[in-house]
Amino acid sequence: MINLTRIASVLVLVACFTVAPQAVAAGGGGHIESANIEHDNKASLRRGARNFMNYCSGCHSAKYVRFNTIGKHLDLSEEQLIDNLMFNAEKTFETIQAAMPAKDAAVWYGKAPPDMSLMARAKGVDYVYSFLKGFYVAKDSPTGVDNVALAGTSMPHVLWELQGYQAAIFETHENEDGSVTKTFGGFEQLSAGSMDAETYDDFVRDTVNFLAYIAEPIRSDRRKLGVWVLMFLIFFYILAAQLKKAIWKDVK
Amino acid sequence: MSRIEAEVGKPQGGLMKWIDDRFPFTKTMEQHVTKYYASKNFNWWYVFGVLAMVVLVIQLLTGIFLTMNYKPSAAEAFASVEYIMRDVEWGWLIRYMHSTGASFFFVVVYLHMFRAMLYGSYKKPRELIWLIGMLIFLVLMAEAFAGYLLPWGQMSYWGAQVIISLFGAIPVVGDALVEIIRGDYSISDITLNRFFALHVIVLPLALIGLIFVHIVALHEVGSNNPDGIEIKKNKGPDGVPLDGVPFHPHHTSKDLVGIIVFLMIFSSVLFFAPDMGGYFLEHANFEPANPTATPEHIAPVWYFTPYYAILRAVPDKFWGFVLFALAVILPIFLPWLDRSRVRSIRYRGWMYKTALSVFVITFFALLWLGLAPAEGLYVILARIFSVLYFAFFLLMPYYTSIDKTKPLPDRVVYHD
Amino acid sequence: MTEDDLDRNRRHFLTVATLATGAIGAGMVAIPFISSLKPSARAQALGAPVEVPLGSMQPGEMVRVIWRGKLVFILRRTDEMLAKLPDASDQLADPNSEVVDQQPDYAANDTRSVKPEFLIVEGSCTHLGCAPLEDFEVRPAEGWGGGFFCPCHGSKFDLAGRVFKGVPAPTNLRVPPHRFVRDDLILIGQDTGAA
Repeated sequence: MINLTRIASVLVLVACFTVAPQAVAAGGGGHIESANIEHDNKASLRRGARNFMNYCSGCHSAKYVRFNTIGKHLDLSEEQLIDNLMFNAEKTFETIQAAMPAKDAAVWYGKAPPDMSLMARAKGVDYVYSFLKGFYVAKDSPTGVDNVALAGTSMPHVLWELQGYQAAIFETHENEDGSVTKTFGGFEQLSAGSMDAETYDDFVRDTVNFLAYIAEPIRSDRRKLGVWVLMFLIFFYILAAQLKKAIWKDVK
Repeated sequence: MSRIEAEVGKPQGGLMKWIDDRFPFTKTMEQHVTKYYASKNFNWWYVFGVLAMVVLVIQLLTGIFLTMNYKPSAAEAFASVEYIMRDVEWGWLIRYMHSTGASFFFVVVYLHMFRAMLYGSYKKPRELIWLIGMLIFLVLMAEAFAGYLLPWGQMSYWGAQVIISLFGAIPVVGDALVEIIRGDYSISDITLNRFFALHVIVLPLALIGLIFVHIVALHEVGSNNPDGIEIKKNKGPDGVPLDGVPFHPHHTSKDLVGIIVFLMIFSSVLFFAPDMGGYFLEHANFEPANPTATPEHIAPVWYFTPYYAILRAVPDKFWGFVLFALAVILPIFLPWLDRSRVRSIRYRGWMYKTALSVFVITFFALLWLGLAPAEGLYVILARIFSVLYFAFFLLMPYYTSIDKTKPLPDRVVYHD
Repeated sequence: MTEDDLDRNRRHFLTVATLATGAIGAGMVAIPFISSLKPSARAQALGAPVEVPLGSMQPGEMVRVIWRGKLVFILRRTDEMLAKLPDASDQLADPNSEVVDQQPDYAANDTRSVKPEFLIVEGSCTHLGCAPLEDFEVRPAEGWGGGFFCPCHGSKFDLAGRVFKGVPAPTNLRVPPHRFVRDDLILIGQDTGAA
C-alpha cells in the first residue's frame, strides 16, 4: 500500500541530511581548506606528536592527554616518550602541560593560548589546518601577521621559519549600500622558509592529524569494536527473526 | 480448591505456590503478559513503545555509571566529562551510549507519538493514555534540557541562558521565575548543581512513575491497532478476542526483532558517528563554558528545534513565548480536536491524509529551520510553516468532521 | 514426526539459541560497566610508585611518605638498633614473620627488609589503623629496646615493625612492595624483582 506520508517523511529526512544548515557546522566564515588527514596513519601521528611537542607545547597545553596514552596508541616505548616527547614531564602518566605559564601568556599576548586537547573537535580539523597554513603579513597587527581562518588572531606565526612569510591577496568589491566586501584570492610567497610548500603542507597535516587523535584517542578502538558489535547483532537478528516466524506460523 | 485453579490457571507447585500465596506474581504475569491479548495485525509503527522503554533502560543504566565519575560543579564538570572519556575504563562507551541514547529517545518518542496520529490511538477510550503520554513528553523535554547543561560546554551554558531567560517573557512573575529556576542572577555553579539533582533524581523518578501509569492505563482498555477497530468486539467462545494474540510469546518475540534492528541502528551511530556531524554532540560543546564569549550560533539540540523555530518566527518576545508554549501543548487536545468517526488513517478521507502529510513536512521543515540562523528567507519560511503547524490542529475539528471516511471492516486486516 | 512435532522442536531450538545469544550479549554489555569500576588512569597515576631518595638520611632518622593514601615509614636503623633486634624475640607474637600477608617474601627475614639498614613499613597499626608514634629511646628499666608505640590502644612494635605479645594489634606492621632502584634511591609501590 503506498503510504504518501511515509514517502514524504523519508524524502524530507534525506533532504535534511544532504542540506545540513551552516548553523551547526564548526567555524563559520574565513577561508577553510580540507585537511585530508589519515586517522590511522601511525607514522603521520608520530611525526605530528613530535611537531606538537616541539613547536606548540611551549605555549599550548593539552591538559587532558597523558603521555602513556600516546605511547600506547602510537606504539612508543617509555624511553621513546621520555627521549622525544617529554621535555618538562618526568612520568609517562603525566599530562601535556605548556612550558609558558598561562597567566603570563595572557599578559604578553592579550589572550591565554587555548588548550589543544579538544580543539580539533571544537573547531574542526579543516579549520586548524587552514589556520596553521593561513598566516599572512599584516602591517597593522601587533604580531605583524593576521590569519585567513581567524581574522585578528593574537597568535604569532610561530612556524615562520618553516613556512616563510606570505602575503594574502584580497579582492575588494564595493556593494550597493557602500559597504566593502573583501574576498580572499590566494597567497603570495614573500620569503622562503626551510620547507617548500608541499613539505610544509605535510608538516601541518601531520600536526593536525595528531590534534585529531588527541581530541579522541579512542576513535580507532571504537570503530573496530563497532564492527564486532554489528556482526553479533546481525547474527542475533537472524535467530530472533526465525524465532518470531516460528511463533507466528499458525496465526492466520 | 479446584475453583481457584480454574480462575488462576495452571497450578504451580513448590516455590511458585509459596510466592503466589503471598504476592500476585503468576496472576500479574497472566493478566499483563501471557493472557494479555493484543491485535495480530501490528505493523512496525507499534514497536516504538517498547523501544522507548529500551532507551529508558539504557539511559538509566549509563546515567548511573556516569554519575559515579561526573562532578556537578562549574569548576570540575567539563574536566570530569573528559576524565570519563579518557581515564575511566570504558568511560567513553558509557558516555557515548548516553549521548546517543538522548537523541534516540526523541527519535523513538516522536515516532511513537506519530503512530497515535496515524491510527487514532488517542481517541476514546484511550484519551487518558494520550494525556499521560503528553505529560511524559513534557517531563522528557525537561529531563533532556537539564541534562544538557551538565557537560558545562559553551552550548550547554549559552543554550540554557537563552532558553531560561525565555521564561522572563511571562508577565508579572517572569523575572522572579527565571531567578528561581537559576538559583542565581545568571547561569552559574548553583544552577548546575540543582539541574544535576533534577536530571539524576527528580525527573527520572517522575518519568518512571508516569510510564508505569501509562501502561496501566493502556492495559485497562487494551491496545489499538492499525485498522483502528476494537478487537474486543469479536470474542471467541472462550472469551479471547478472535483477532488477538497473547502478548507473550507473540509480541515479545516480534518486539525482540524490532529491538535488535534498533540496536543495529543505535550501534552504527554509537560506534561510527557518535557526533552525528555535530547534531548529537555539538561542536561548540567541546569548549568549556565561557560566560564572556557567546558562540556564533546558539541553537538548542535538534529535538527542540521545531519549537524553537516557532518561537523565533514571532517578532515579539511575549507572543513568541506564548506560541512556543502553545505549539508544545496543543497536541494534548488531539482527542477532542479530532472529530472523525474512524480512528485509523486507513479509513479516513483525503483531507486528513493531506493534512497529516503537510504536518509531517512542516515538522521536519521547522526542525531544519530551528537549526539555521534567523535571517532572510529562513525567517519567512519559519513563519509560513508555523502557520501550517497551528492550522493542522486548529482546523482539525473542521476537516475531520467533513472528511469522507471509508466503511470499517469487522475484522482486522492481516497478511502473513 | 508430525509437522507439529517438527514445528515444536524448531521453536524450542530457536528459543534456546536466541535466549543463549541474548544472554551472551547481555554478558558482553556488562563487561564495560563492571570494568569502569576499576581504578581509572587518574587513580593509577595518583597511586603510582613513590621515589624516596635515601642519600641524606642519617642513621637513626625516620622519613614519612604517602603512597596510595597510606603513610609509609622509612627508618635508617643504626648498627646498635640492628644488633638489638633479636633481643625481644620471645616477647614478640610473630618474630619470624610467619603471617605471609604482612610482608613480601623479600622482607620475610630477621630484619624484615631488603637491606638491613633500612626498615620500610606502613605507618598503620594493624589493630584499627592509627598511625604509630616513634619511640626509639632505649629504656632498659622498662625492658623497652626501642620501636613504635600506638597511642590509640597501646599496641607496641619493635624496630623491625614486629608486634609484641599482649597488645590489641594482632600482626606485624605491613611492609609495602618496594625496591632499591639504586643504593640511595627506593621506589615504594613496586616489588623487588619486578621490571
